[in-house]
Amino acid sequence: MEKLQYALFTGCTAKESTPEQLMSTYAVAEKLGIELVELSEASCCGASHLQDYDDFLSLVLNARNICYAESRGMTMVTICNTCQLNTAMTKHRLDKDPALKARVNEKLAEVGLEYKGTSEITHFLYAIIDDFGLDKIAEMVVKPLSQFNIAPFYGCHNIRPSELQNESHKKAENPYNPTSLDDLIIACGGVNVDYEEKNKCCGFHVELQAPKTASILTGNALMGAMDNNADWMVTPCPLCHLKLDTQYEHASHAVGRDVKMPVLHMQQMVGLALGCTPDELGLQHHVAEIDFL
Amino acid sequence: MSMQAITTQQVTFNVFRFNSETDYLPYYKQITMEVTSEEVVLDILDRIKWEHDGSFSYRRSCRHGICGACAVKVNGKGVLACKERMNDMIGLFGTELTIDPVSSKHAIKDMVVDKKDFWDKHEAVEPYLISEIEEHPEMECYVTPMESEALLESDLCIQCGLCHYACPVIEINDAFLGPAAFAKAFRFNADVRDEGIDERIGIVNQPGAGIWDCVKCFECAEVCPKEVNPIEKITKLHNQTFERNDAIDNVATRHAVGFAHSIKKHGLLDEGELVRYSEGNIGVLKHVPVAIKMWKKGKIVMPWNMPKSDKLDEIKRLVKSSSTVKF
Repeated sequence: MEKLQYALFTGCTAKESTPEQLMSTYAVAEKLGIELVELSEASCCGASHLQDYDDFLSLVLNARNICYAESRGMTMVTICNTCQLNTAMTKHRLDKDPALKARVNEKLAEVGLEYKGTSEITHFLYAIIDDFGLDKIAEMVVKPLSQFNIAPFYGCHNIRPSELQNESHKKAENPYNPTSLDDLIIACGGVNVDYEEKNKCCGFHVELQAPKTASILTGNALMGAMDNNADWMVTPCPLCHLKLDTQYEHASHAVGRDVKMPVLHMQQMVGLALGCTPDELGLQHHVAEIDFL
Repeated sequence: MSMQAITTQQVTFNVFRFNSETDYLPYYKQITMEVTSEEVVLDILDRIKWEHDGSFSYRRSCRHGICGACAVKVNGKGVLACKERMNDMIGLFGTELTIDPVSSKHAIKDMVVDKKDFWDKHEAVEPYLISEIEEHPEMECYVTPMESEALLESDLCIQCGLCHYACPVIEINDAFLGPAAFAKAFRFNADVRDEGIDERIGIVNQPGAGIWDCVKCFECAEVCPKEVNPIEKITKLHNQTFERNDAIDNVATRHAVGFAHSIKKHGLLDEGELVRYSEGNIGVLKHVPVAIKMWKKGKIVMPWNMPKSDKLDEIKRLVKSSSTVKF
C-alpha cells in the first residue's frame, strides 16, 4: 500500500490545553506509517462560536485553511470534532453555492488564494478506520487492551449532522447508534461499553454562559459510563476531553456524586495498544490521573 | 415500472407503556410480529392496538407527514411514525426495536405526551406577523420569491415537537425556549412583512431562556423530519442580534466576539485570554482553581508562549477585509 499522507489541521486545543493529543497523534501516525504534514498557516476554525458573531468571516477563514490543504494536494485530516464540523460545513456550503464561493474567493484573492473544493476533509478517527483499515490496526496490536472495559464517547460534531459528516465516511455512521469508536476499541483488543450517553452532548460549548447545563451534561456522560462498569472512557474530541477530564469536580457537584474517571484521547488508546510508551502519549498531562497502567 | 417484491421479517418491539392515572412507573411490553417491507412505523402502532392491546394509546391524524401528531421515538431516534419506513428502521437498528414517546418525562398515556411546555414556548416568541395594516387595504402585500427564500424553509415546521424533545437543554433547563421556538422566531423575523423583530430579538436573547444557552449538539437538525434545520436558524438569530446592534454585553456575546479578537492577534485561539475576555477580570477568578490543576499538568500556555499561525499577516488582512459586523 502506498504511504498515506494527510494535511494535519491541529486546531488550537491540541496546541494549548491538550498537548497530549498532538503528541499521541504523531506517535500513532508514526507507528502506522502515516505521514502528517502540519498546516502551520491554519487559523482557528471559530469553534462554532465565531459564526454566531460573523458568519462570513468564519467562512473566509475556514476556506483559507482548506486552501492550504488543497495547495499541498492532500486530504485534510482534523483531530477535533468541532474543527471537523466547521471545516466540513464550510466546504459543504461553498461547494453547493457558487455565488457564496465566489464572494469568499473574492476575499481570498486579496491574499493570493483560491478555494477550489479539491481536498476532502476527514477526522483522524475515520482516516485510520476508512483509509488505513481496522483489520490492519488489529494485526499491529502488541498490547491488547483486553482487561479493560472502555466507554466510547463520540462527541456531537463527528456524528451530527449525519448528512454532512457521512459525506467523508466510507461507511455511514448512524448518529443514533454510532459504531466507529466501538469498532476501534474492539480492534485494540478492549471491551466496548454500551451506554445511553455515548452519542450525547458533553456541554462544552456553553461552559461559560450556562455552567450548570454544561456540568449536568458532563456529569450524565461520566455517570453513564461508570454505571455500565467502564474502567475508562475514550473520545476523538479534545473539547469533550477537556470537559470530561478537567471539569469532573463541577460535574460531580452538579449530579451529586463523584464521577471522576480517566478519559483517554482515541489516539492514546490506539497508541497504548500499538506499544507506545505513556510518555510518548502524554499520559502525564491528564487532570483525572491515568491510574490503570 | 418495476415492482419490488414484498418481504417479511420477524421483529420484536419493546413498547413503552404508561398510564399517568394508574401507574407509578412506566414499563415495557414486548410484542413480536411479522413486519412487511412496505409498512411504516404508524402501521405498527395501529397493529399493536388492533391486534395486541386495545388500550394502547397514540396520536395520529393526517398520515401524510403534515399534522405532526404521530411523533414517537424508535431506538432513541425521533420520527414521524407515518413517514418512517420499517425497512429503514430495521436497517438502522436491527430487528429488536424500542418504541418510546418523544419525551417519557411528559408522557400522559403510552405515546401520548403533554406538549404544554412546547406550546407555551412556541407562543412566547410571538409566532405571528406583527404589522401595522390598514383596516381597508387597497392591494395585497407582495412577497417576491426571493424574499420568501430568505425564510430558509423555516415555514415548513409542522410543530411536531421532535426537535424540542430531542434537545438536551430542554431536558435540563425549564426556562430554555428550545429549537422549535427559535426556528419560529426566525421565520417571522425573516418575513419582509413583519415588524416585530425588535421584540423577538429581545425575547430570544434572554440569558437562560434564549439562543445563547444552545449547546450546539445538532440533535435538532438531525431529528427534524421536515428539514427545517433549527440550529441554522439559531445561528441566524445570533447574526441578526449582532447585525442590528442588539447584542447585550455579557459573557455569552463576548465569548463569540472573543474568537475574532484572538484570531486577529494570533491566528489561533488564545484559550486563556478568551475566558478572561468573556468573563471579565473578576468573573475569570472562578476559573482559577481548575486552571491551577491544568497548569500543574502542563495544560496551560502562558501568554508569552502563545503559539501563532504562520502567515499571520494574511489572516489579519482577511479579518480586516472580511468582517461584516462590529461589537
